Amino acid sequence: MSDVQWPWQYNFPPFFTLQPNEETRKKQLEAWRDLVLEYHKKTKTCIIDIQEADNTALFFNPAISRKLSPEGINAVLEVLYKNGNAEPIDKTKIRWYIYWHTLAEWADIFYQHAQENGLINSVCTLYELVNTPDKEFTGLSEEIVIKILERLQKDEKAELILTEDTSGVKFF
Amino acid sequence: MDRFEYCSFELSPDESPVLKHSNVRLYDGENKSQFQRGELILTSHRLFWQKDITLCLALSYIQNAVEEAKSMFNLTAGRKIILYLSKAVPGKNLGPSATSAYDYVKLSFREGIQNEFLDALKSTVDAKIWTVQNKSAQQTKLREIKTRTGIVGIERNIVEKQKETSSNINNAFKDLNQLMSMAKEMVEISKNISNKIINRQGEITEDDSIEITVYLLVLSIEDPVTRTSCKNEDDYYQALGNELIAALIEPLTSAGGTMLLTDAYCRINRARGLELLSPEDLLNSCLALDKLPDSPIYLKTYSSGVKVLQLKSCEDASFVEKTYEIVSQNVFVTVEQFSRLASVSLVIAKHRLLLAETHGKLCRDQSIEGLRFYENKFLLEEN
Repeated sequence: MSDVQWPWQYNFPPFFTLQPNEETRKKQLEAWRDLVLEYHKKTKTCIIDIQEADNTALFFNPAISRKLSPEGINAVLEVLYKNGNAEPIDKTKIRWYIYWHTLAEWADIFYQHAQENGLINSVCTLYELVNTPDKEFTGLSEEIVIKILERLQKDEKAELILTEDTSGVKFF
Repeated sequence: MDRFEYCSFELSPDESPVLKHSNVRLYDGENKSQFQRGELILTSHRLFWQKDITLCLALSYIQNAVEEAKSMFNLTAGRKIILYLSKAVPGKNLGPSATSAYDYVKLSFREGIQNEFLDALKSTVDAKIWTVQNKSAQQTKLREIKTRTGIVGIERNIVEKQKETSSNINNAFKDLNQLMSMAKEMVEISKNISNKIINRQGEITEDDSIEITVYLLVLSIEDPVTRTSCKNEDDYYQALGNELIAALIEPLTSAGGTMLLTDAYCRINRARGLELLSPEDLLNSCLALDKLPDSPIYLKTYSSGVKVLQLKSCEDASFVEKTYEIVSQNVFVTVEQFSRLASVSLVIAKHRLLLAETHGKLCRDQSIEGLRFYENKFLLEEN
């Protein structure tokens, strides 16, 4: 948590009010997007629950007692979604996946990792993959990893092996 | 003797008895009168003689009182006091004789005279207590007249009421006349003061009284435009428009270029004093401002529906700059603070802030602490 580099905006009260001026709002939401991605990257979390989000340090700054409103959070998520950095988990749009790398970027990262570590044409479990030390994807949630590998599978660069007990992947 | 009146022995409330003397005979000058062996009573106001009937003499008649020297030939006769009297006052009550050849009466004391009587009489006459009571006596007289009945009495009452009313009216209008003459003086004075202030404009301090006078000076319109002085409605509104420009250009400038229409309404009507404008007339004349060539002010309607008069020379951009300047000197401002800092009304203050926001110079912070405006760092930090 302490690793999060809070930008100057985080201590600027208007940051927590959705700005009516379009140009200003654009800049504000850009800042929010950067902050949300930075925050999730540092905390290695991938999910925002709108109903709980306003109590997290991300959207609530107790030092200046300002909180981003639910409308504001939705607006931020909307921007993230447009850039491929977020995706609603279901149709209720209450829980969202946050991708600090877009899925395409992640796919590249995994494939590169496989190439560099001679994993091509061999099978490894997702558990192994996620627990590789000192990688950006270390500790990444399994749901997200499956989403990334599904993408690779589409490009025919990998094949997911999903059974009831184990889940593994084979890179090509 | 004609100064005496018939009366009953009743003292008025302020009257007090002084002395009594029995067995006294009255003389009309040198002649004996039928009034003998009576009792003489001296009060603070009158001298009573009482036996079967009562006579009284107001002490105000008595000019002098002396004891008569004893006659050599009539040693048996009682001692006498001579009272020298002034002329009978007309309108007195009936007395024992209508006329008298003498200007004095004598009081004859058969049984000799008490030594202190003459002194007491003299001092009572000198004290003139009756003059003090004169007024109340007159009033009781008036009251007596009022109580008279009959047609004459009623008529007299009516006449008196009329007199009273007319005198009241006269008094009232006397006040009014005074006020008018005072008003002229007041106008003179105010003109003098205004000239003095105009001459000394450079030296005006922050003294409130001077400030107020300056405000008052802004107020006078000498010949207000009226509907009757114009041919038709359009002329009227245009003439009013010109009057508005003349009267409001100065306060508008000092107020920073914007004035609420409601404020303008108050100002113009205060300036006119009489011949007040209706809100419709003001609005129509403001709309007519556009038709006037080179009108320096115009009517502007904010998005909130609020109408203001604005100087044409003041463009939005200049307002935005000024607003930004004030905000940047503070960390943030609320609408109230800004209204104070820029000395404009709340409505205008809010409008200015929103204007600066839409121009991207400010951004807002809406929280439970209220609405605040900050410098727009989102856009400024970028550059």
